[in-house]
Amino acid sequence: MKDDVLILGGKSFTNRLLTGTGKFAAHAQIPKMLAASGSQMITVALRRIDATAQSENILEYIPNNVTLLPNTSGARTAEQAVRIARIAREAGCGDFIKIEVITDMKYLMPDNWETLKATEILAKEGFLVLPYVLPDLPLAKRLENAGAAAVMPLGAPIGTNRGLETRPLIEMLIENCTVPIVVDAGIGKPSQAAAAMEMGADAVLVNTAIATARDPEAMGRAFDLAVKAGRAAYLAEMAEESTLARASSPLTGFLDD
Amino acid sequence: MSFFEVVEQYQGFDFSSFFDQVTDAAVEQSLAKEKPGPMDFLTLLSPRAAGHLESMAHKAHQLTVQYFGRTIQMFIPLYISNHCNNGCAYCGFNHKNPILRRKLTLEEIETEAKAIAAIGMQHVLFLTGEAHHVTPMDYLLEAARLLKRYFASVSVEVYPLTVEEYRQLNQAGVDGMTMFQETYNQEVYKRVHLAGKKMDYHWRLNAPERAAQGGMRVVNLGALLGLAEPRSEIFFTALHARYLETNYLDTEVALSLPRFNEAEGDFQPDYLVNDKTFVQFMTALRIFLPRAGITVSTRESAAFRDRILPLGATRYSAGSSTGVGGYTEIKVEQTPQFEITDDRSVEEVARAIVAHGYQPVFKDWDMIG
Repeated sequence: MKDDVLILGGKSFTNRLLTGTGKFAAHAQIPKMLAASGSQMITVALRRIDATAQSENILEYIPNNVTLLPNTSGARTAEQAVRIARIAREAGCGDFIKIEVITDMKYLMPDNWETLKATEILAKEGFLVLPYVLPDLPLAKRLENAGAAAVMPLGAPIGTNRGLETRPLIEMLIENCTVPIVVDAGIGKPSQAAAAMEMGADAVLVNTAIATARDPEAMGRAFDLAVKAGRAAYLAEMAEESTLARASSPLTGFLDD
Repeated sequence: MSFFEVVEQYQGFDFSSFFDQVTDAAVEQSLAKEKPGPMDFLTLLSPRAAGHLESMAHKAHQLTVQYFGRTIQMFIPLYISNHCNNGCAYCGFNHKNPILRRKLTLEEIETEAKAIAAIGMQHVLFLTGEAHHVTPMDYLLEAARLLKRYFASVSVEVYPLTVEEYRQLNQAGVDGMTMFQETYNQEVYKRVHLAGKKMDYHWRLNAPERAAQGGMRVVNLGALLGLAEPRSEIFFTALHARYLETNYLDTEVALSLPRFNEAEGDFQPDYLVNDKTFVQFMTALRIFLPRAGITVSTRESAAFRDRILPLGATRYSAGSSTGVGGYTEIKVEQTPQFEITDDRSVEEVARAIVAHGYQPVFKDWDMIG
């Protein structure tokens, strides 16, 4: 496990739990959660970054050793996402950008079409693009060809805590994509994060389940353990599941005697 | 289908006999549903459901934390004119009231904007009465452009506009609109709106939909509780929200539950909504519309606002003045549109929110062209 690193946009990460800054009761919980979870990358909505003197700036709560992943939350079109990304880079938030284009406020489904357009533009401009999408294999291949640094399919709608409802679709991405697959959204429990990692996801992004827990710090730690357990199981190559029982003493064993 | 057709479907619906027939078992059943429908919602609004308030509160709390986290979006109202041609029986700006009428010049709006920005507010809602010749579209557009220079988010609560006018405001930097129908009951509507363009029930009813068509990101609805039977008013407000949610997927819908204070003005409302019923309404709304914003203004008292933080609320105004020029001309005696009950400063409200384990969010938007 020592050398098991996740490469995103050419940068190495030894921790495979990505976290978010939304929904916390206080910014001060964020650095504690980061320390407890070991998360090395955290996403923050540019629209929430507030550089005015009166209120506290969320960026001050993110330690320097944690990579910032600004996101384009609030964007309704590829064009808006592109502009938000450029503003984030100019504001010193780095080259990573999570593309989030949502045109439906009821289910908060990502708009794959606009997301692809934004990815094509931003990857050309040298951004390290992590697009948040509905898991769709042809789209994922297009994102890959467009230069995305990873693909982030949703497990279930944002904030629903329903887990890996899109499992078979994400499995196709894992099997067929060359860029890392980061399961984003819908993961409500550590066991679901572990399941995503066992399945072969390269990382998971968890926000709501940690931020809204009674103790976000302890929940961050729990998710870290789950992600590590799931990853270890994946690397250990789990035995296949079967619907038939397999006796440990095979029925036809006598034929070899 | 317009929302009016939805209203019409309930023409003749006997709310009180529906409520009479609600059983405890029915309340429990509606409460247990993952996707409660309109009749489940109405069941939760029934007097019988008041006996299940604690269970409703738990569910509302869980849903609010799940979808919004422990956060409260902060905003402040800015009255730029109180000129009004309408004769609304309950309103301080009624054209018949002999009050000092004012319309801020752009310079005065800028002075107010600076004063508000200095206290840390970044989401502003600017308001006018309905006086097209005094506060025409050009004035609204100029005000919007000016305010956009000082605030991350600018919303309007002005007279109903056309789709094209909403689009123009949106292009000028306005991302939200608030429009209270006041009452969905057509008879009562007629009785309390005695003059002006506001007498047109339909023009007002369809304004939120026109705003969504004009590109507004957030549309905030509400009925002024006390004019007509409040349970049915909340029912129609929620159906209105559901209608917009379904037809305009890219619009965020928010709701307000403004109610009369007993002490307020000369107008005697036919109904008063007590705290317990208010909480029942708010929790029922959250259960029926899990993702809708719920706005609670300074009409409500400080103590009450602090207590209802976990029960569904997501947007609070604070430090509000409901008079024109109220942020810079403290000494001028002004007639407010309505009485403010929570008169704490922005900082005090923010501190109380933090003390209750919630995060006041001052900025949650950027208008990117």
